[in-house]
Amino acid sequence: MAMLKHPEKIIFEYSRPRRGAYGQWPTEPDSPNAVASDIPENLRRRKPAMLPEVSELEVVRHFTRLSQLNFSIDTHFYPLGSCTMKYNPKACNQYAMLPGFLSRHPLAPESTGQGFLACMYELQEMLKEVTGMQGVALSPMAGAHGEFAGVAMIRAYHRARGDLARNEIIVPIAAHGTNPATATMCGCVVREIPVNDEGDVDVEALKAAVGPNTAGIMLTNPSTCGVFERRIKEVAKIVHDAGGLLYYDGANLNAILGKVRPGDMGFDVIHMNLHKTFSTPHGGGGPGAGAVGVSARLLPFMPIPVVGKDGDKYRWLSEKDLPQSIGRLSAFMGNAGVLLRAYIYMRMLGREGMHRVGEFATLNANYLMARLAKAGFDPAYPARRASHEFIITAKRQARDLGVTAMDFAKRLLDYGFHAPTTYFPLLVPECLLIEPTETESKEALDGFIDAMIAIQKEAESQADFVRSAPHTMTVRRLDDVRAARQLDLVWKPAAA
Amino acid sequence: MSNIPADLKYTKSHEWVRTLANGNVEVGITDHAQGALGDLVFVEVPEAGKNLGAGDAFAVVESVKAASDVYAPIAGAVLEGNPALGSQPELINSEPYGAGWIARMKPNGAPGGLLTAAEYQAHLAAEG
Amino acid sequence: MPFNPHTPDDVEQMLAAIGAKKIDDLFDEIPKELRIESLAGIPDALNEMQIGRLMAARAAQDGTPLNFIGAGAYDHHIPSAVWAVTTRGEFYSAYTPYQAEASQGTLQLIYEYQTMITSLTGMQVSNASLYDGGSAVAEASLMAIRAHRKSKSQRILVPTSVHPNYRKVAVATATGQGVRFEEVPCPKGYLSVADLAKYQGEDITAIVIQQPNFFGVLEDVDAITDWAHANGTMVIGSVNPTSLAILKPPGEWGAKGADIACGDCQPLGVPLSSGGPYAGFLTTRMEYVRQMPGRIVGRTVDATGHQGFALTLQAREQHIRRGKATSNICTNQGLLVTAATIYLSLLGPEGLARVANECHRATQELVAALTRVKGVKLAFERSRFHEAVLQLDRPVAPVLVELARRGIVGGFDLSNDYPELGNALLVCATETRTAADIKAYADALAETLKAAVRAA
Repeated sequence: MAMLKHPEKIIFEYSRPRRGAYGQWPTEPDSPNAVASDIPENLRRRKPAMLPEVSELEVVRHFTRLSQLNFSIDTHFYPLGSCTMKYNPKACNQYAMLPGFLSRHPLAPESTGQGFLACMYELQEMLKEVTGMQGVALSPMAGAHGEFAGVAMIRAYHRARGDLARNEIIVPIAAHGTNPATATMCGCVVREIPVNDEGDVDVEALKAAVGPNTAGIMLTNPSTCGVFERRIKEVAKIVHDAGGLLYYDGANLNAILGKVRPGDMGFDVIHMNLHKTFSTPHGGGGPGAGAVGVSARLLPFMPIPVVGKDGDKYRWLSEKDLPQSIGRLSAFMGNAGVLLRAYIYMRMLGREGMHRVGEFATLNANYLMARLAKAGFDPAYPARRASHEFIITAKRQARDLGVTAMDFAKRLLDYGFHAPTTYFPLLVPECLLIEPTETESKEALDGFIDAMIAIQKEAESQADFVRSAPHTMTVRRLDDVRAARQLDLVWKPAAA
Repeated sequence: MSNIPADLKYTKSHEWVRTLANGNVEVGITDHAQGALGDLVFVEVPEAGKNLGAGDAFAVVESVKAASDVYAPIAGAVLEGNPALGSQPELINSEPYGAGWIARMKPNGAPGGLLTAAEYQAHLAAEG
Repeated sequence: MPFNPHTPDDVEQMLAAIGAKKIDDLFDEIPKELRIESLAGIPDALNEMQIGRLMAARAAQDGTPLNFIGAGAYDHHIPSAVWAVTTRGEFYSAYTPYQAEASQGTLQLIYEYQTMITSLTGMQVSNASLYDGGSAVAEASLMAIRAHRKSKSQRILVPTSVHPNYRKVAVATATGQGVRFEEVPCPKGYLSVADLAKYQGEDITAIVIQQPNFFGVLEDVDAITDWAHANGTMVIGSVNPTSLAILKPPGEWGAKGADIACGDCQPLGVPLSSGGPYAGFLTTRMEYVRQMPGRIVGRTVDATGHQGFALTLQAREQHIRRGKATSNICTNQGLLVTAATIYLSLLGPEGLARVANECHRATQELVAALTRVKGVKLAFERSRFHEAVLQLDRPVAPVLVELARRGIVGGFDLSNDYPELGNALLVCATETRTAADIKAYADALAETLKAAVRAA
C-alpha cells in the first residue's frame, strides 16, 4: 500500500481566525454568543481555549490523511502475539450503531431498554458457556480492568471468610506486565515463580511458593510462551489445596475457544478480552472490554451492574442484589457499544463457528511455525505444538549478525507487514511472538514467511540496511530517547 | 566487557561505593547497569537529610525501555543528590563512576557487606 | 464459519507442511479429559442478513424517546463527519501505536488531542485517555498521592456534590491501595468553604471538586481551591468539557490553579450508546507529568531529522515497570479520543461556546416550563450550568415510568443516592432539545401529575 511521502501538518497550522465549520454550530455565526448573565463573572472563562479554527473540509481531509499513515487490520496482516488481530466484521459496527442503541441514555428506565438488555443478558449467557463459568459481569472496560476485578474478587472472597493473611499473588515470570501491576493495585504482594525450559510453570517452585499467605495465582493458558500449560490440573490442585484461588488471564482464549474451557481447567475467575477473542475493534488503542467470569463461590462478589432476568423482563442487578459485590467499576455499565459488537460477533459465529476459531487459529500458527523453522528460524520451544501463537528467537542473528528482533520488526514494515510482538515474554531473549489468527488466508501467511526469509538474507549480506529500517514509511526510525528527554507533549504556536 | 574500577566497592544490585577523604561516601550505578538500561532519560535523586537503611530504594533511573530502583548500598543519611542529573541524566551513561554519581551519604558506622571489584566481576560472570 | 478463508485444499497443504494428519492432532498436548466436543449452549450461527433483522428488531423495540437526562452523559449533536472518519478502517482496526513508524496517524491525532484538552482545561500536559470519568477520579486520586511529597495520610475529600457513580468507582478502584475517601455532605447542593472548616490543619492529600457539580450547580471553585492549597491539600477538578468553553477552567481556579483536572470526553462527539464506550481525560501541571498514568504521546524526530510522534515515558507503564507501575492500565479509549479530536476540530472555540450557551439557555427554559407545572419546585436557587434539580410532590420513580410510556425519558431519580433531598429529579436540556420538545415534556408531566391526583 502506498504510504504518503509528505507528513501531514498539525491541525492548528491550518487555523485561520474566524474560519469554522458553521454548519455544525447550533446558532448562526453572526448571532449573539454572550454568556448568560446569571453565570457569575468570576466563574467565566476569560480567554477562549486554543482549538482549531478550520473549515469542515479541512477537518475531513486532515484526519483522513492521518488515517492513511496507519497500518490497520483492514489494510495489513498484523501477526501481533497476544493481541489477536483478527478481522473486525463491519456488521458488528453497523448494527451496534443502530439509532435505538446509539441514542439510549444509560440511566433511562429499564422499560425503554429491553432490546438492549436482552443482547447483554444473552452475551452473559454465551460467555458463561464458552468459558465454563457460573456467572459473567460485563462492566470492566479493558483486560487490565477485568484483571483488577478478578484479583479484587479473590481478595474479597478470602476476607469474607476471615482469612485476612492471604495477600500474596503468585505470577509466573513470563506473565504480561498487567498481572503484577494489577496485584499491586489490589494491595497484594507479588511472588514470581519461574517457567521451565519447555515453557511450563515450574511445578516444584510452585509447591514451595504456596502457603497460608497465598491468595491466588494468575495464569494464562496457553501461556505467554505460546504453549499449553500441560500440568494445569496439577497446578490447580496445588493452589486449591493450599487455600488459594486460580485466576485465568484470558488474553490467549482464542487458542482454545470451543476446544477447552477455563472453568473445566479449575479456574475460579477469568477475564476475557472482548477486543481480542471476540473481535471488537482495537481502535488505535481502545476501547476494549474485559468481561469477567466467575465460579460459584465468587458469584456474590461480582462487580455491578450485572444483567438479571425476572420472568421475561430484564433488569440491572445492583448493590441491593449483590451486597458483597466488589463495587462499581464503571460510571455506567461498561463499554456498552463494545459489548454489543461482541454479541453480534458471537451470534454470527454460532456454535459451529466458535468451535472452529480455536482450530483454525491453531492451524495457522502451527503452519507458520513449521515453515519458519524449515526456513532456518529458531522457535523458542521447537519440541512443542504452537497454540494460536509461538515464539521465534532472533538470539542467533543478534549475536552473529548484529541484527536484533527489533530490526526484523522494523524491516517487516517495509514489506507491508506489521511486526509481531517483540520483547515479550521477557524471559526469551530477542523474541518475536507471532499470532496469525484464524481470519488470515494461507497466501497472507506465505507472504509473511517470504518476507522473513528475505530479511534474513538481507541481514546476512547488508546488515546495516536492516538495522536502519524502516526505509519506506513516512518516518524513519524515531528517536525515543529524545522523545523522553526533551518532552514535547503539547503543540505550541511559534512565538510571535 | 564492562568497566569495574578496582578502588571501589560494589553491591550485587549493581551499585558502587567510593569512600571520600572525609569519611563520607559517594554512590552510583555501575557501567554494567548503565549499559543494560540504555540511554537514560530521567533520574530521581534523593533529598538531602533522608535516612536510609542498607538496601532501601532511594533513587530511580529511567530509560526508554526500563525504570529501575537504585538501592542504598549502606545505611546512612543523604548529604546531597547529584544536582546535575536533573538536566543531564546521560552523565550516568557517559561517566557512571565520575560525573554521573547519584548521591553522597554520611554512613552509619563502617560500610560493610560490600563486594570487591573482583567479587563483583565474578558476580557478573555468574549472572550470565 | 463466516470469516475463515480456509478451503479444504488449504487445510490439506498446511497439515502436510506441519506433518500432522488432522487439525485435531494439533491439540494433542491438551489432556483429553479437558477437551470438549461442542458448546451445546451456544445457538446456531446467524448469517449477516439474519443478525441484521434481529438487531433491528431489538433496537426498534427500544425506540428513540425524547431524552432529558444528563447525569454525566450528554445528548449533543454529533456532526456526521465525526464517525464517518472515525470508523475508517485505518482508525477503527488499527492497533495500539507501539510500532510508531506504522502508526503516525494515530500518534499525531493523540498529540493534537493532548494539545486541545490541555488548553480546554487550562493545564500543561495530558495523557492519551483513561476508561471514563469515574475511573479518571480514581486515577487522579492515586496520582495525587504519588505526587504529593509531604502528605502521608492518603485521605481524599470527596463532596457529595460529586457524581455518586464516580465516587463509587473511586472507592471500588483505589481503596485496595490504601486510599481513604471521605465524603463531605452538601445538603445545600454545593460545597462551601465553611463545610471544610473541620478539616482545617489536618493532613489531607487532595480534594475533588466537580464543576458544574452533579446537581448542575456551580461550585465556588476559587475559594475552595485557595482553602485547599493553604491547607497543603492538592486540588483535583472533575469537569465537563463542553462547559469549559464558557466556564473558568481548572488551571485558573484560585490563585494557583487546580493540580489535576479530569473528566469524561463523552460530550465531545461520543454518542450516549447505552453507557459506553466513553473516554476519561486527565491533565495536570508539567511538574507532575511522570506521575500520570496511561499512555502519553510525544513529538520527536526520526533518523533523518524529520518530525515524528511516539509513545513516550513508557517506563512508568505496566509493560515495563510491572509491579511498580503507576497503574495497570494498558488499553485506553483510542477510538473515542479520535472522535473527540475531530469533534473539537469541527466545533472550534466559538462553536463549542455556542453549544455551551445553548445548553444553558435550553435548561433554563426547561426549568421554567417544568416549574410552571403544579407540584414541581426548583430545589437549589443558585447559578447552574445545563442541569437542575427539581423536587416533586410525590415519588419520582412512577412519574418517570409514566413519562417513558409517553415517549419521554424525564430525568434521573435522585432519591436512591440522595434520600435527604426527598422526591428529587435531575433534569437536563442540551442544545438538541427544541422549544417544542420542552413543551412536550411539560405537557406530559402536567398530565401525568394531574392523572395521579385524580386516581388518588
